[in-house]
Amino acid sequence: MADTVKTNLDPQLDRRGFLKGCTIAAAALGLSDAMIPKLVEAAATAERPRVIWLHFQECTGCTESLLRSSHPDIGRLILDIISLDYHETVMAAAGHQAEQNLHDTVDNHPFILVVEGAIPTKDNGIYCKIAGKTAMDILAEVAPKASAIIAIGTCATFGGVQAAAPNPTGAVGVMDLVSDKPIINIPGCPPNPISFLGTILHYLTFKRLPALDSLNRPLFAYGRRIHDHCERRAHFDEGRFVEQYGDEFHKLGYCLYKVGCKGPETFSNCPVVRFNDVDVWPVSVGHGCIGCTEPNFWDTMTPFYERLPMVKIPATGIVKKADKVGKTILAATAAGIGIHAAVGIGKSLIKGKKKDEEA
Amino acid sequence: MAQRITIDPITRIEGHLRVDVEVDGGLITKAWSSGQMYRGLENILKGRDPRDAWLFVQRICGVCTTVHALASVRAVENALGLQIPLNAQLVRNMVQAIHCLQDHIVHFYTLSALDWVDVVSALDADPVATAKLADSLSDWPGNSPKRFAAVKDKVKTLVASGQLGPFTNAYWGHSAMKLPPEANLMAVSHYLEALDYQRKATQALGIIGGKNPHVQNLSVGGVTTNLNPENETAVTMERLYWVKQLIEEVRDFVKMVYMTDVVAVGALYAEWIPYGAGVTNYLAAPDMFLDAAATKADLPGGTVMNGDLSTIKNINVHADPYFKENVEESIARAWYDGDWSKHPWESTTDPKYTDFEDEGRYTWLKAPRFQGKPMQVGPLAQMVVGYAQGHALTVKSVDDFLGRISAVAGVKVGPEILHGTIGRHAARAVRAGMMADLALKHWDLLVNNIATGDYEIFNPPVFPKGEQRGVGVHEAPRGLLSHWIVIQDGKIKNYQCVVPSTWNAGPRDAEGQLGPYEASLMGNPVADVERPLEVLRTVHSFDPCIACAVHMLDPEGKEVVKVKAM
Repeated sequence: MADTVKTNLDPQLDRRGFLKGCTIAAAALGLSDAMIPKLVEAAATAERPRVIWLHFQECTGCTESLLRSSHPDIGRLILDIISLDYHETVMAAAGHQAEQNLHDTVDNHPFILVVEGAIPTKDNGIYCKIAGKTAMDILAEVAPKASAIIAIGTCATFGGVQAAAPNPTGAVGVMDLVSDKPIINIPGCPPNPISFLGTILHYLTFKRLPALDSLNRPLFAYGRRIHDHCERRAHFDEGRFVEQYGDEFHKLGYCLYKVGCKGPETFSNCPVVRFNDVDVWPVSVGHGCIGCTEPNFWDTMTPFYERLPMVKIPATGIVKKADKVGKTILAATAAGIGIHAAVGIGKSLIKGKKKDEEA
Repeated sequence: MAQRITIDPITRIEGHLRVDVEVDGGLITKAWSSGQMYRGLENILKGRDPRDAWLFVQRICGVCTTVHALASVRAVENALGLQIPLNAQLVRNMVQAIHCLQDHIVHFYTLSALDWVDVVSALDADPVATAKLADSLSDWPGNSPKRFAAVKDKVKTLVASGQLGPFTNAYWGHSAMKLPPEANLMAVSHYLEALDYQRKATQALGIIGGKNPHVQNLSVGGVTTNLNPENETAVTMERLYWVKQLIEEVRDFVKMVYMTDVVAVGALYAEWIPYGAGVTNYLAAPDMFLDAAATKADLPGGTVMNGDLSTIKNINVHADPYFKENVEESIARAWYDGDWSKHPWESTTDPKYTDFEDEGRYTWLKAPRFQGKPMQVGPLAQMVVGYAQGHALTVKSVDDFLGRISAVAGVKVGPEILHGTIGRHAARAVRAGMMADLALKHWDLLVNNIATGDYEIFNPPVFPKGEQRGVGVHEAPRGLLSHWIVIQDGKIKNYQCVVPSTWNAGPRDAEGQLGPYEASLMGNPVADVERPLEVLRTVHSFDPCIACAVHMLDPEGKEVVKVKAM
């Protein structure tokens, strides 16, 4: 168990530590086939595949997101498709009855583990306790027995909002602690339920994981930049920008880049699949993307209302770094670009950046 | 001899909550409420751009997904003296009202119903008799024998599969479960239907807010929802009518199903009406403002002390010093060093984790107090305050509802039955009905204002040098929420939230006064200490939301600033 869960991980994760974590997790995925037969076995029986859903440092927004899903809807999902054996927000049992349910599944059945929320590692993890045990201890107990792990939301994937500087509780994501399990990351704050359900249904149907990028995100949901499919892209290309919310250009639906949209550096399917079955996403109500599917976006994408530096604007040439954007953002943005370059995405962005650096 | 029960985790809530009680002679004689998680969001905000704060604090809670966002933009605007356009006020009101509908529906069905409804007993129900029962209560078209037969089949299949999933190992067959099989089947059917109707509310919210949970159409200075009816990228009249239609569908569910089910549970569990009153000091904030300057509200604010309606004092605007100057938080029994009580703008705290000590410190939550008194917040507080004021909409809504309970129970009941566990559910249902009506009223106000040619949605914030202090107040689904900000030279210097679940779930204070959860549990019956269903009933009636209840540490681990919960 000590090999599986690095409970002594340094809580002061830096960028390098994060990238190292990605590498470890990617290596783990290479071994993931070994875990699949267990799942196949479960699926071959009449049993509905069992899911254990753990909540740690979180806001329940990811669960709430799933409540909004329509295909399958939540009722169909938990009554017909999976067996949701442990989920604090919806389960009827409480206290030791709830714990008994958890242990019964963990000890006796194959299961998929879903983790919502970050894991605090500082001060031996005392900042999140359930049934007297720390989140670290619970993860150490449950993760090694899981067939696969889905980290839902930016907290469980990358540490999320509580990991924003100065990360008071040493919050980290699952892949920073667990190293020899297939881990699928579904970031977003919260993620679109379509991305989570798409992953689960893909797994249950094809008995294999969907193709992932180097951050373990499914390519079907995180393979393209927001910018690539944005309906306001033509305005960007023609140099037509909103200068301030509510101005004449905002009323005409121009590009939101100058009021802080992070779409040019954010990988997500938002403009394609949209939200809530009502054909909306933040840009459609006049607000820029905040980059919520990207690692450490609370630090790398803020201030949210300042433009991204180093983005090439066709009509006006390359924009130098915006006045109020600091060094942290530049460094982190560069690291983010590096990650995408590794899977062959975002090359034009890198070119733009290099040009700027050379300039 | 007293027996000790620890329930950890309390499920079907937001967040990580532990409740301990001592039971003597079948009744609870001692109670402790303990928040078990903390994240440090307020400290993370220090030094950041005040315009970004709402996006951070929105992540305090995904259940109360709009409320911290709304309180935060108000806090910054209050600090800057910045008034938002009327359209922005009305769009925010729509966000508040629609989210409230979804939240209350989810609370009653997904989070609470299984405390009162025995799913397994529904297998013994006759679908035809169930339809007859349902028809006697409501004209809801979904209450057909075929529907109930289908739901019964669904439960049967689930039980036969041996995989009960989230219904495993719960309180089925508990002696405190009193509903006849037909009432249980009706409730299970509505439990499933509620999932569809709460989704409709979130769709209405999505159209206005861009997505949900965590809407993304706010900004310090107004909203970003483009209202230009002449542009295809805006929320045009087609979109606004879609919102209206969804609200109407949800309103019908609230009035014909949700409120009816609460009437039925209240009448069939009449023996529970005396339990769970606890702290009967009530605090509510005015909200749903009708003007850009936020001087006239559709929801009433004020205080009532000791359950005595004659003690009513109004809070009509957020700047009212009666509210601003009387809030303090005590850390005497929380995991912080010291034993003082301080105003939110002034307090600092050193962490001092001790593990759970019955007579010492036992929670990450502070204990908010108003003029030194514990206060209950939430829909019940707002109903009591509005009723005491003679607030027309509140009085009518409460009286109508009490009339429905009286008719089913066969006994005339008055507002005094609202102080307690059942009363909190009743007040929440009444509030849901009011919010449905208000959502439609404010939809009309918004459309009428757009019709005048006013498409303004945003007044830009300007951050002067020096220090500004602001407070953002909001009446959230779980009650009065306040965010307190200090801005220095355009950056956040201090940020603290005093959250509804902190008011309600907070611990004892230096004087030993119990928090509302704790006080409400005193004297509750517990039939079976191994299966303490009755504790869940009373705790769930507050709609706990503990993620918000988190104090935090500074980078050196020295200073803890504040606590929130909702």
